[in-house]
Amino acid sequence: MAVYSKVEQRRAPSNTKGILHWLRDNLFSTPLNVALTALGIAILFWVIPPFVKWAYTDANFAGSTREDCSGGGACWVFVRMKIDMFMYGFYPSAERWRINTVYGFFFIMMVLFKYLKSASLKILLAHVYFIVGYFLVSGGFFGLEHVPTDKWGGLMLTIVVAAVGIVAAFPLGVILALGRASHLPIIRSISVTYIEFIRGVPLITILFMSSIILPLFFPEGVTFDKLLRALIGIAMFEAAYIAENIRGGLQSIPKGQYEAADAIGLSYWQKMGLVILPQALKVAIPNLVGVSIALFQDTTLVMIIGLFDLLAMVRLSAADSYWLGYETEGYVFVTFIFWFFCYSMSNFSQKLEKRFNTNLR
Amino acid sequence: MSDNIIEIKKLNKWYGDFHVLKDINLNVKKGEIIVVCGPSGSGKSTLIRCINRLEEFQEGSIVVDGIELVDDVKKIKAIREEVAMVFQHFNLFPHLTILDNLTLAPTWVKKMPKKQANELAMKYLTRVNIAEQANKYPNQLSGGQQQRVAIARSLCKSPKIMLFDEPTSALDPEMVAEVLDVMIELAKDGRTMVCVTHEMGFAKKVADRIIFMDAGQIVEENTPENFFKNPESDRLKLFLEQILSH
Repeated sequence: MAVYSKVEQRRAPSNTKGILHWLRDNLFSTPLNVALTALGIAILFWVIPPFVKWAYTDANFAGSTREDCSGGGACWVFVRMKIDMFMYGFYPSAERWRINTVYGFFFIMMVLFKYLKSASLKILLAHVYFIVGYFLVSGGFFGLEHVPTDKWGGLMLTIVVAAVGIVAAFPLGVILALGRASHLPIIRSISVTYIEFIRGVPLITILFMSSIILPLFFPEGVTFDKLLRALIGIAMFEAAYIAENIRGGLQSIPKGQYEAADAIGLSYWQKMGLVILPQALKVAIPNLVGVSIALFQDTTLVMIIGLFDLLAMVRLSAADSYWLGYETEGYVFVTFIFWFFCYSMSNFSQKLEKRFNTNLR
Repeated sequence: MSDNIIEIKKLNKWYGDFHVLKDINLNVKKGEIIVVCGPSGSGKSTLIRCINRLEEFQEGSIVVDGIELVDDVKKIKAIREEVAMVFQHFNLFPHLTILDNLTLAPTWVKKMPKKQANELAMKYLTRVNIAEQANKYPNQLSGGQQQRVAIARSLCKSPKIMLFDEPTSALDPEMVAEVLDVMIELAKDGRTMVCVTHEMGFAKKVADRIIFMDAGQIVEENTPENFFKNPESDRLKLFLEQILSH
């Protein structure tokens, strides 16, 4: 038998670190990987230079008329001249400061969120934001001109539909998820029926139903805002998907957590609100953000019921006889805007996951 | 009769067709420390989980501190306020700090002001020798530390009865002692304790009575002294032979 002396800690050998080592490990480790790396570089060479040539080198940025587009590349003059349409739709020009103010409030709120500790204060602030935002954009009080929703459009409408859709669908989704996990057969079957019905129907159908079929059931003379109907339809649709994602989170919570919460005497709602849901939602963050990103893209479907979101405004502008032939620029611009929003949400999701990660070592 | 804090009469429970608990009769006096042992699958965990209604039962009755355990949310709540439980797998809430784990029940169930709840929590954390970890999260602690936090959490309710469901069987051997030390220390308080455990040394040291269960029924009930020296039933003799042979 033998006794061994203590071995001191030391650093990992330096030849396992550094950029060269990373390159060798990740890009050139096997002949197949060398070939794939070469292929990847070839594709980049084939795609990027022509795009840069079109979008930047040969493009026209200055000017205000069709005649200024002489470079042979992209004509961003079109986007520049139509940018107000893309951003605000038919919202009266003189009133657009109101929308910008609401955007500004959003950033102020985000900064406040960084410094506020209390969760209930944050929730209150978010509610106040939505109410103030609604009154500012819609108007009709304090001498602000009323702007009916059929004048709303462009990116602003896209954001309204996505934000209201997600925010309104969330509580309903939580309740449906809890209902589906409930031991009470009636509540469970109502939730299951709702979720499975909604998930079996495409969003387009629901939008058509809410905009065309629903009014048939109203008494004559009663009208109901078209945007509001679409929002209700979207929120109901999203709630089913949110519920399923939260259910996935709920199922990942060990039984012991429920038992411990019961054993310390929490009521059902306390148990769910304080112990189970915070953990389940944390697990569900990536999927919930996935749903939100999908919804942001699905907002473009409101075009078919006559609402003019960002994409619809671009289509409309490209159909302007003076600017015929420049729809590519418009769509590239839309692509960029959508990418920017979706990528931001995706980044936000990763930040949230990091922030709520308590599985520290 | 009235000095019994737990009275279990003719308790029967089935999982589907499987008869887990058979005619259990057990009275626990106030301040008594009971150890329940037996082979796995003998129903000992199920029995103590019936006492705070984590498990339902089909026949018989359980009365805890004068409250009959029936299908009534209010009565279940009343019993759960008096009975605390420590689990095999600790079941701390991983999304809350140690301190928040402890203050959850006082602030939400007993509606205690936050400051007072914090003081109470720190008092019990000090008692289980872990006050310096108050602001960490459960996953940053070792198993033994987590189990001590779980004990402190259940103490925060100032329970009349504490149930222990194999509190040391998920721990590394080096950590069993620190948890047992805390439990022995608690036993001096005069609080009623019912412990399901395989720690025979602990049983010998603190138990007033040891209950031996097998196949869903109580086989033998004895004082610690006689339990080990003069076991009466053959089943217990066999059990002791097996666990003490190594």
